[in-house]
Amino acid sequence: MIRLDAVEKRYQLGARPFTALQPTDLEVSAGEYLAITGPSGSGKSTLLNLIGLLDRPDAGQYCLDGQATENLQEEARAALRRRYIGFVFQAFHLVARLSAFENVELPLMLAGVPRRERRPRIEAVLARIGLSEVAEHRPGQLSGGQNQRVAIARAIVMNPRLLLADEPTGNLDQAAGAAVVELLEGLNRDGMTVLMVTHNPELAARCRRRIRLVDGCIVEDSPSWDRSTA
Amino acid sequence: MGPVDRLSFNAQLLKRHRVRALLLVLTIAIGVASVVMLTAVGEGARRYVVREFSALGSELLIILPGRIETSGGAPPLYGTTPRDLTLEDAQALSLLSGVVRVAPVLAGTARVSRGARARDVVIIGSTPALFPVRDLRLAQGRGLPAAAANRAQPVCVLGDTLARALFDGASPMYQWVRIGDRRFRVIGVLQTAGEHLGMDLRDMAVIPARSAEQLFDTQSLFRILVQLEGPAQQAAVEARVRALIRERHDGEDDVTLISQDALLATFDRILRMLTLILGAIAAISLVVAGVLIMNLSLISVAQRRAEIGLLKALGASARQVRRLFLDEALLLAALGAGAGLLLGEAAVAVALRLLPQFPFAAPLWADLAAVAVALLCGALFAWWPASQAARLDPVRALRGLA
Repeated sequence: MIRLDAVEKRYQLGARPFTALQPTDLEVSAGEYLAITGPSGSGKSTLLNLIGLLDRPDAGQYCLDGQATENLQEEARAALRRRYIGFVFQAFHLVARLSAFENVELPLMLAGVPRRERRPRIEAVLARIGLSEVAEHRPGQLSGGQNQRVAIARAIVMNPRLLLADEPTGNLDQAAGAAVVELLEGLNRDGMTVLMVTHNPELAARCRRRIRLVDGCIVEDSPSWDRSTA
Repeated sequence: MGPVDRLSFNAQLLKRHRVRALLLVLTIAIGVASVVMLTAVGEGARRYVVREFSALGSELLIILPGRIETSGGAPPLYGTTPRDLTLEDAQALSLLSGVVRVAPVLAGTARVSRGARARDVVIIGSTPALFPVRDLRLAQGRGLPAAAANRAQPVCVLGDTLARALFDGASPMYQWVRIGDRRFRVIGVLQTAGEHLGMDLRDMAVIPARSAEQLFDTQSLFRILVQLEGPAQQAAVEARVRALIRERHDGEDDVTLISQDALLATFDRILRMLTLILGAIAAISLVVAGVLIMNLSLISVAQRRAEIGLLKALGASARQVRRLFLDEALLLAALGAGAGLLLGEAAVAVALRLLPQFPFAAPLWADLAAVAVALLCGALFAWWPASQAARLDPVRALRGLA
């Protein structure tokens, strides 16, 4: 599903260059549930953004579902994001003036799904994450946990094969975080590939595979303990 | 993202920033309204002139003494004074076929007095034909008597302003007034509406042409007004008039003919141009509104960086983002243009009510052009901010950075 070959990312920090990601190889198969951990500034988000086609690598090759992405035009990359990838952010990034329903509608709008097809799809997704009754609420009227679930609904309404979550529980309390994690795990059980950046070792431990980044290098790539045998 | 989606998306955005949007809509509305109003004034002036000329009677030929022409050679040294047009010329003209009426006009200024009151006004010497030819209506009394066509008679018709000034509300009918050194009896007063282009007939006195000849001691006519039978043979009659004058003036082609059509066409052209210029000046305010649109769009892009980043993460292409921001500006411009049209037309309606005799009317092309310029300004000035939004790097934009 995902194949990185010597992918590298450098930034210019003022006058001096800074390598956010050393040449990195990574392979993720369809259906995996992967945690990316590591200290702040270790390149976790950079890696996630590269995989999510939000950013372009400075070197190396990235194949998404067998398709090389380095030479794709901006337009084609946007189309891939629309079709393949759902994003969940730490800060939710919901549009404050839009209702939960309308926030979930955004990807469908961008993909040009006809209006009459949207309503059943949005309602189904909201029902699945248990937010049907707050569909007309704005983000300001919802709790953090509810907001993150709306964001997840938005991420999955297009039925992406890949879900990328950047610290999805970072802004949530314990209970809300647990609900979000359960949601992600459920999605993964249903076949969605989930990549999650997290600081939370407990959360990482629940993932079936975790990689650890330090200073832009993958220093550890280990399957987590298997819950079924624990 | 279809147009309906973009519209509803941006409508929600404007609803959210109501005050900001309203102010911008107002700015554009004022620009559009000023185009509508100023062109309404220009077009009103044009219609006014056309109407006034039509009121002269549709087929009018004006004969002026002297010839206006460009000549290639050097001007003659002497003997260039044109032959006078005289009452005899006018009488001869009235016999031509195709000519309905001829009104000679002899003009001069003189003091008109009654008792202690006196006023220096323009005195018109003419014949009874002047009244139908110029479509003059009388408030009291009658026009010049038929006998005054070719004879001096001590009678006069006063403009209403003049009558009021001299008689102060009392009836002037059959009273004597002094014009210059002669006495005339008032036999009529013109209606207030007797206001026509070129001359303010309200402050004039009309006396028989022969009397005017004596009063001013001249035989030279100011002009001759010729009413023609119909437009069909206008050219033929003009040629006959020219031939007759040449014959009477020793073979000299020394008059200028102005047909009403030619005059009307000239005024029409000038006033259309004036309307266009007024509209263009008003359109400058739309350009100012455009700059404000640019400013607002820049603010909007800066404030919504995270949202732009999100949209890109959700798969919006650069083109879609640009369209979204352009549409925001276009929506504002369209709302402003609509409001401006209403505002401008309302102002025109009010002006019509206040000044009913002046036919204010914004021409359709001005309405359309104002709306088009507003939309064009919106698109043009929002292009740069929208392109900035489209170029934003999604990763940085999500963090609210440029």
